[in-house]
Amino acid sequence: MMKVEEFQEIRLEIAGWPVNLTIYRLGNEWHAKADNVSPGAALCRATGATREEAEQAVLRRAQELLSRTRRRAI
Amino acid sequence: MADYAHPEVLVGTDWVAAHAKDPNVRVVEVDVDTKAFDEGHVPGALAWAWNTQLCDTLRRDILSRQQFEELMSASGVQPDTTLVIYGDNNNWFAAWALWQAKIYGHKDVRLMNGGRKKWLSEGRELSHEVAAVERTRYQAKPPDLSLRALLPQVEEASAKRTAALVDVRSPQEFTGEILAPPGLPETCQRGGHIPGARSIPWGKACNDDGTFKSVADLRQLYAAEGVDGSKPVIAYCRIGERSSHSWFVLKYLLGFDKVTNYDGSWTEWGNLVGVPVERGAAATAAQT
Repeated sequence: MMKVEEFQEIRLEIAGWPVNLTIYRLGNEWHAKADNVSPGAALCRATGATREEAEQAVLRRAQELLSRTRRRAI
Repeated sequence: MADYAHPEVLVGTDWVAAHAKDPNVRVVEVDVDTKAFDEGHVPGALAWAWNTQLCDTLRRDILSRQQFEELMSASGVQPDTTLVIYGDNNNWFAAWALWQAKIYGHKDVRLMNGGRKKWLSEGRELSHEVAAVERTRYQAKPPDLSLRALLPQVEEASAKRTAALVDVRSPQEFTGEILAPPGLPETCQRGGHIPGARSIPWGKACNDDGTFKSVADLRQLYAAEGVDGSKPVIAYCRIGERSSHSWFVLKYLLGFDKVTNYDGSWTEWGNLVGVPVERGAAATAAQT
């Protein structure tokens, strides 16, 4: 049984979209997750041996996904 | 929680930490899939995946009564089990599961207020073990379809304003600027909203920590858009899971009598042939 440690949420912008990045450590493994802020859907998750590894992996994937979203003229 | 119309449908993380392994309690984490659960979950919890276990995988539909009974039986749930559901995305998919449990008459089903996010942010224990359960022979009640809206009801509500249509998607989805939440696949042909719908995004019902806002705040949120429970309410989103969350708020926290979830949502309406959509911002509540 492990406890979540160093839980942190960071707001940033990727490909023009506001994103909420959640990072925490569970034992020796770091977990990162990216959500779009509006509406709040989970985009992707990643794990890594270091915080940077998990964070970079999830940011890369979020960039791929978000850059595909097309805005339309209303 | 005491001020909510039905506080018995909600439990806090403290309650779950104290009771998750009680013999008559079954805690289940529900998400679109089980990736989050596999990273670590509430000790004693089981996992249900929305995409394979909470939808009919052959036809687009909720679970049949038989499928629901099988899910409950395999999860060791009895009709008198206290079923506590939580999940990611502030309980979107957990609310979907609760909605189906209510349709099939499960007596005591509750959401963990704040969902997975709150559990993590509080630094609580996570487990990688999958709880062993003893299979049951669960018998569901006949479906209560008064909790569900199908297309004909929505068409009537839109054309005759017989019910308040509440669109709980993001403002950009509502106006038609985007066809799906940023980063997710587009699953409809057209953008916009159902004519007559009010935009009340699901997230406005939550605090920053994922818990539900107070009754007073919730009442004000919906009343500002003309939704006060005086006529039936139909909630919808893209695939019906965010609207389950808002359905829960309207039905159990505010206690409105006639609230339905339109699970066909925008992936049905936005792909229909020969029906109108509206684009842009909605008219003010007073104009509808």
